[in-house]
Amino acid sequence: MRRGAVTLAVLLPMLVFIYLPVITLVLFSLHDGRVPVPPFKGPTLEWYGRILTNPRVTTATLNSVMVAGVSAALSTGLAMLAGWGLARHRVPGRGLIEAMILMPLTVSYLVVGLGLLVATGGLVPKSLGLVIVGHVVLNLPLAFAILYVQFDAPQARLEMAARDLGASEAQVFWRVTVPSLRVALIAAFALCFTFSWDEFIVAFLLSGFDPTLPVVIWGLLRTGLDPQTNAAGTLVFLVSVAAALVVEGFLLKRRKDGPIL
Amino acid sequence: MARSSDLSVIGVTKTFGDTRAVDDLSLEVPAGTYVVLLGASGSGKTTLLSMLGGFTAPTAGRIVLDGLDITLMPPAQRPTATVFQDYALFPHMTVAANVGFGLSVRGLTKPVIAAKVDAALAMVGLQGFGPRRITEASGGQRQRIALARALVTEPAMLLLDEPLGALDLNLRRAMQDELRGLQRREGRTFLHVTHDQEEAMAVADLIVIMNKGRIEDAGPPERIYAHPRTRYAATFMGESNILPATIGPGGAETVLGLLPVAGNGGTALAIRPENLTLTAGNGAVHLGDYAVTARVFQGAFARVAGQIGPLTLHLRCAPGEAPVPGQTCALYMAPGGATALSD
Repeated sequence: MRRGAVTLAVLLPMLVFIYLPVITLVLFSLHDGRVPVPPFKGPTLEWYGRILTNPRVTTATLNSVMVAGVSAALSTGLAMLAGWGLARHRVPGRGLIEAMILMPLTVSYLVVGLGLLVATGGLVPKSLGLVIVGHVVLNLPLAFAILYVQFDAPQARLEMAARDLGASEAQVFWRVTVPSLRVALIAAFALCFTFSWDEFIVAFLLSGFDPTLPVVIWGLLRTGLDPQTNAAGTLVFLVSVAAALVVEGFLLKRRKDGPIL
Repeated sequence: MARSSDLSVIGVTKTFGDTRAVDDLSLEVPAGTYVVLLGASGSGKTTLLSMLGGFTAPTAGRIVLDGLDITLMPPAQRPTATVFQDYALFPHMTVAANVGFGLSVRGLTKPVIAAKVDAALAMVGLQGFGPRRITEASGGQRQRIALARALVTEPAMLLLDEPLGALDLNLRRAMQDELRGLQRREGRTFLHVTHDQEEAMAVADLIVIMNKGRIEDAGPPERIYAHPRTRYAATFMGESNILPATIGPGGAETVLGLLPVAGNGGTALAIRPENLTLTAGNGAVHLGDYAVTARVFQGAFARVAGQIGPLTLHLRCAPGEAPVPGQTCALYMAPGGATALSD
């Protein structure tokens, strides 16, 4: 009983701390008033209507979807090839290569963004393409970490069996390796997508005249508090939650099916 | 449709660093034989299977199948098919797609593949299982799917790596009978790796006992069991009483006196527990007084331990006839019950 009370005393403030900002954000996106401050009035969907007809916001949303989609596909594809190459072939200096692929996980987004800005200094104009490059730098290690562990001994035997049955190397890769890892591939893609979708620093530094959604929201905030900002933030949040649910769904389904002999 | 081939393994060696996993091993297998490679873990049996399947390249020696040197041929081109220990079924495909995979990558047309897959599934008793998912199949069904997937490619030789290891005892017995029947009907060479000597005796035409990368003994199960050639083979295949002996033309010189034995030469004598009796039957050899020290009931028989001279010998007898510890009785050996062993 006492232990339960202690747990609650610790857990409750923690949950409030984590979820209060999100709840406030979502709640005041429905606020029927010019300024999102208590007391709450409403609800109204007016701000959602305004945000969805604001061309800056809609263009930025499309930019974000494009950047997230392309950078997640590139990160996942490159990580898959790196994992396959390192796990299935004799590579000199494998440990060093693994460490170098994973290293960007420890580097701050600011350093990556500034680094790209300085490295391309004036030669490559700021653009969504550059943001995509930055997001691949940030997300490739994550996708690699998810996929590399999948190349284990049972997976190796699947590929051996395919070869034994007469498959060429290309057939082994496309008909066995890729489809049997589809769950991990989808999970890696969805995670990279969410990380790119709400990434601000690199996008802010590199996007130039075609801002992504987080950059536009930041711009809206500079003109002061406005329920429109809450509505935009809520939409960003919902997309991230949806992607997380996709990942969760696939991973849970995998667990329910049990280990595949 | 049955096709089968002679296999020759000629002086094959595989070293991993300083370890000789397979050591200058030679073996001849006639076409259509069910061979079992039997040995403890680390005996080199799995390495040999892997070299036959093309997954490991020998350090030295040659492998010839059907007159064709396959020593360095990649698995995809090799006329062998392997059933892996964990079956290695493709989890993202249906049962039919798994079985048809080998035909599909060879570019056969869909109707041909479908017909062959149906026939292969019928062969292993899984008619109508084609559209099911692999995750829905039980252990025994997965085993059959793996068999069908390998056999549908019509391999010259089927390699089975501990194929029944993951199954429970009853299912294992049933699958042994099925494997044996399948091999008879198909007439192909089957090469099966196991550490289970009962399984080996149940299915094999030819048992090859391996130890430290070499062949200890090779022959039909009856011969291997009744007359193992080496001390290792005698202890690995069932239980044996081993007596140090000097074997000459007149018999085996042992601490129990001169005993009749076939053959000439060797350093020890093996007597199976069932060849020791407490009754003087026709042609039985009297060994001496047997002081019983222990008796264990094992269902169909009782296992008795006792002292004779300086030796402890085990025997098997009907549970009702087993002597109790403390009792002393005369011990006899059944005629032809002793086998000469070399090291």
